[in-house]
Amino acid sequence: MSAAWAFQRATDGGGAWDDFLNALNAFYRRALTLPPQASTIARDIDGLHYFEITIMFAAAGLIAVVALYFVVRYRRRPGRDPTPRIVAPHWFEMVLYAGLLGLFVLFWVIGFRQYIDLSAPPDSAVDVYVTAKQWMWEFAYPEGPASAGVLYVPAGRPVRLHLTSRDVIHSFFVPDFRIKRDAVPGMYTTAWFQANAPGTHQILCTEMCGVGHSQMLARVVVLRPADFETFLLRRAPAATPTSGRDATPNAPPARGAPLAVIGRAAAARHGCLGCHSIDGTRRTGPSWLGLFGSTQLMADGERIRVTPAYITESMMDPQRRIVAGYPPVMPSFMGQISPAETAAIIEYMRSLADGIPDAEATRP
Amino acid sequence: MADATLHLRDHYEDLAKQTHAARLGMWVFIGSEALLFAALFALYAAYRIAYPASFRAAAAHTNLFLGTAMTFVLITSSLLMANAVLSARLARPGRSVGFLAGTAGLGIIFLGLKAVEYTEHFRDGIFPGAFYAFARLPAPGARVFFTLYYFMTGLHALHVAGGVVLLAWLARRAHRGGFTPEYHTPLELGGMYWHFVDVVWIFLWPLFYLLR
Amino acid sequence: MSTTTTPPASPGTRRIDYLNVETTIRSWLTTTDHKRIGILFLIMTTAALALGGVFALLLRLELLTPGGTFMDAMSYNRLFTLHGVVMVWLFLIPSIPGAFGNFLLPLMLGARDVAFPRLNLASVYIYAIGAVVVLAGAVLGGADTGWTFYPPYSTHTPTAVVPVLLGVFILGISSTITGLNFIVTTHTLRTEGMTWLRIPLFVWAVYATSIILVIATPVLGMTLLLIILDHAFRLGIFDPALGGDPILFQHLFWFYSHPAVYIMILPAMGVMSETVSAFAHKNIFSYNAIVIATLGIAFVGFLTWGHHMFTAGMSVFDSGAFGILSMFVAIFSAIKVFTWVSTLYKGSIALDAPMLYFFGFLFLFSFGGMTGVAVASMSLDVYWHDTYFVVAHFHFIMVGGSMMGFLAALHYWFPKMFGRMFPARSSTVAAVLVITGFILTFTPQFWLGNAGMPRRYYSYPDRFQTLNVISTVGSWAITAGLVLIGAYLLYALRWGARSGPNPWGSLGFEWNTPSPPPPHNYEEPPVITHQPHEYWRTAE
Repeated sequence: MSAAWAFQRATDGGGAWDDFLNALNAFYRRALTLPPQASTIARDIDGLHYFEITIMFAAAGLIAVVALYFVVRYRRRPGRDPTPRIVAPHWFEMVLYAGLLGLFVLFWVIGFRQYIDLSAPPDSAVDVYVTAKQWMWEFAYPEGPASAGVLYVPAGRPVRLHLTSRDVIHSFFVPDFRIKRDAVPGMYTTAWFQANAPGTHQILCTEMCGVGHSQMLARVVVLRPADFETFLLRRAPAATPTSGRDATPNAPPARGAPLAVIGRAAAARHGCLGCHSIDGTRRTGPSWLGLFGSTQLMADGERIRVTPAYITESMMDPQRRIVAGYPPVMPSFMGQISPAETAAIIEYMRSLADGIPDAEATRP
Repeated sequence: MADATLHLRDHYEDLAKQTHAARLGMWVFIGSEALLFAALFALYAAYRIAYPASFRAAAAHTNLFLGTAMTFVLITSSLLMANAVLSARLARPGRSVGFLAGTAGLGIIFLGLKAVEYTEHFRDGIFPGAFYAFARLPAPGARVFFTLYYFMTGLHALHVAGGVVLLAWLARRAHRGGFTPEYHTPLELGGMYWHFVDVVWIFLWPLFYLLR
Repeated sequence: MSTTTTPPASPGTRRIDYLNVETTIRSWLTTTDHKRIGILFLIMTTAALALGGVFALLLRLELLTPGGTFMDAMSYNRLFTLHGVVMVWLFLIPSIPGAFGNFLLPLMLGARDVAFPRLNLASVYIYAIGAVVVLAGAVLGGADTGWTFYPPYSTHTPTAVVPVLLGVFILGISSTITGLNFIVTTHTLRTEGMTWLRIPLFVWAVYATSIILVIATPVLGMTLLLIILDHAFRLGIFDPALGGDPILFQHLFWFYSHPAVYIMILPAMGVMSETVSAFAHKNIFSYNAIVIATLGIAFVGFLTWGHHMFTAGMSVFDSGAFGILSMFVAIFSAIKVFTWVSTLYKGSIALDAPMLYFFGFLFLFSFGGMTGVAVASMSLDVYWHDTYFVVAHFHFIMVGGSMMGFLAALHYWFPKMFGRMFPARSSTVAAVLVITGFILTFTPQFWLGNAGMPRRYYSYPDRFQTLNVISTVGSWAITAGLVLIGAYLLYALRWGARSGPNPWGSLGFEWNTPSPPPPHNYEEPPVITHQPHEYWRTAE
């Protein structure tokens, strides 16, 4: 435990002890060929890695040394047979195995805590919608820009990714950030990270997805916060060097309308607005005004918070959970609304979350 | 007794041990078969949680009368099967053959009812998977329900059909005097299999007909 | 009771054993003798090992350079899928139970045969049919999904997944029958005095394996059948476009495939328990601990499947539960390693080939097992999942564990099976080649995984090349070792020195009969009065 905790502390202070930990970190990272620690969580996870690998090497070494010693000491010689009867003392076995179990559980406690961290994005995070398809990554921002092959994010701010896939299962992996999350068709999964500093990092697909699997690469470009604001205002940032094997060259991000505006158009095109008002009037379905993020009573008595996951589910499988008091008549839009449109519609609903009618969403 | 030892294979010490092995083998086989269906019950449970309303509506659309009739047919057949084993034990091979024939007959009636039911669904346009075309119960929930319905009842029907063949073989063997009070292990094992198939249906019946 | 089809041996002629009692091809193809069935499985699974090994060599050769080396991406994807399918279902799962389990289980229990000999013969043919169907699928275009067959990719791929899956389905029937047979044999055919706590540890291992086989295989069968029907008729039970949930497939698949890992490793552990006490001439340090650990693995192994899905979108709570259960299952393996090492204490250790594989197993399996604990630490799994770290981890278990077990068994019981010895020096050279080759091949893959190289990558960034080259060179050393083993064992079959009934001085019950054993194992059922391998009794 101490090792992982200590590494966490070492990131935010000076002093000789921290220098030592930094040197230790540098040594281990080189010895284990780990990539740079480019996200806030990377160093903690590596700390657990070092801790476990050290114990493993010690244990494997101990087994090897003891076994070797026995081989030399008790090799077969005349007079060695018959061997004495030796049976394990129970107390010894119990103590040993209880100790080992304690160690394993300690590994689990640290790992689980970090897993919870990895699974719980801060509320203040920047949202990005990630759509995987054979064999490329597309990124869409609530504010409008969209890009393929390059994910632009700000340094020093948490970024929450909403992942989905258009075809088969893919997996979003950024080694430098120590994060990985599957992109599954028909559902949204989330991942988050906070990049430490501006720079470029590789994205790889880690779920076998066909002939182009190993070419399904992309990049995260971490921008200074100011540059990111500029990017969101659709002024492309200064070109960053490319690695040459990405799905697309480092083109400036596509200039698009804000995602919420795209969402409004999509909602109109697919006929959503025929049943869902955007000004609070009650029609066949619940009004979208103030719906996003609210807690709703379902027909089966359950209370549910309206999240992107619930909205996606309601588009793809409307009958699964119906808001109480409304008829179960909505058809499924599975296969009709693209993941990008789903993301846009969710953004549109989010823009209506604070109860201020539509004019707010159309503001550029 | 001399007759019974003819059935003893030379790697067993005595017939009791051999019969014990045969029974145990059958139980392990049935356990394995149960796991086969368990995978499908797990899928049913997962999708029922995912699509509760659709599953209720779809279960309400299946033919409760036919489903109940099939349950009745199968349970009756199990009763006849138990009587067939009992008759063999009481040294009445003639009655045993009769009961076996009755069991097999009810199995065939079950399959016939199943065919009637499938035809009814096909007329509605209820086909499994991508071919589902029944507008009144919207996909995807009802589609998943009926895909599972066809797959699970179909697999069960295959087991019934296999059972009928087995029963016919047992009846033929019983007719030729193959079973005595001392040795009727195949009959007993065949009975175990038939009861198992029956029990599977007892689970399918509520899942696809009653839970509406 | 005795049905001797064998002509009575007149004095001066050769002793009748199961090999020379009848020698026609027909007598082999219609045999119900568990020993001959074991040999048939040995031949077929060894052929499968050779085939899977050739696939592995080609894969490693392709990975010598970052881009395409000599095949295209589609061929590479097909090849690694076939490598996985052949190694898992044609070699690892049936090899030790099918070959050595069949051969040894009745001998160790003091029985004349397994419970259902004809069913046993059927399992040979079903295995052969399954193998032919899988290979037909390979010829017809193969599958490119990986051995895990995740939908929706597996239900949409244009390659021939249907015959490959069908073959695996058929192979599952064969292994279920084997499992059923072993369970009933262990329960009903133990000889007089063979109480449950006197059963040889190899039998315990095979028994536990059989329970897993019987419980888990049907679930896999159903799951694969659904994928077959989905691919062929758009059944859509796992297809999100038709309302299905692809994650459910992963749950069902790993409900089988995680216990399947123990199907592969438990028999090898059983071999190791036998080997260490036979070659250290020493009673096992704690028989009960090994038995408890064996059954514990079989039981807890069913509760850990979710640890293959930490990045798939399960709830945090579920993930945590699967994480800690995975830690529990690791304890049982640790118990075994500790017990084996302690068994060496004050033994009389002979370094024959089986013992070299024991030490290879001990070290490689320990390391593989401990990396397993590391992978079960959930945040680390998020990083390592589907990278080469995991590839290295399970090859340490599967090759470093199961294959070492297979080779140890092959050398330990070769004299039992054929009555001849293999050349000692060649066997030492081969063992050293295989073990060092193994370390050379798979250790670099840990570093590759740490550096972030995903698995199933046809091409990779240049920075990963050095480690890949080392790994490829290592695969050549393993191959050289395995070819050498094949050569000297074939030589020894005919020209090896006669071994006598018990060349290792082992107290395992299977050595109570002559080697090779007579057709019916024991003329009179043996009476067992104590546990196997109680070497201290030889002083009395």
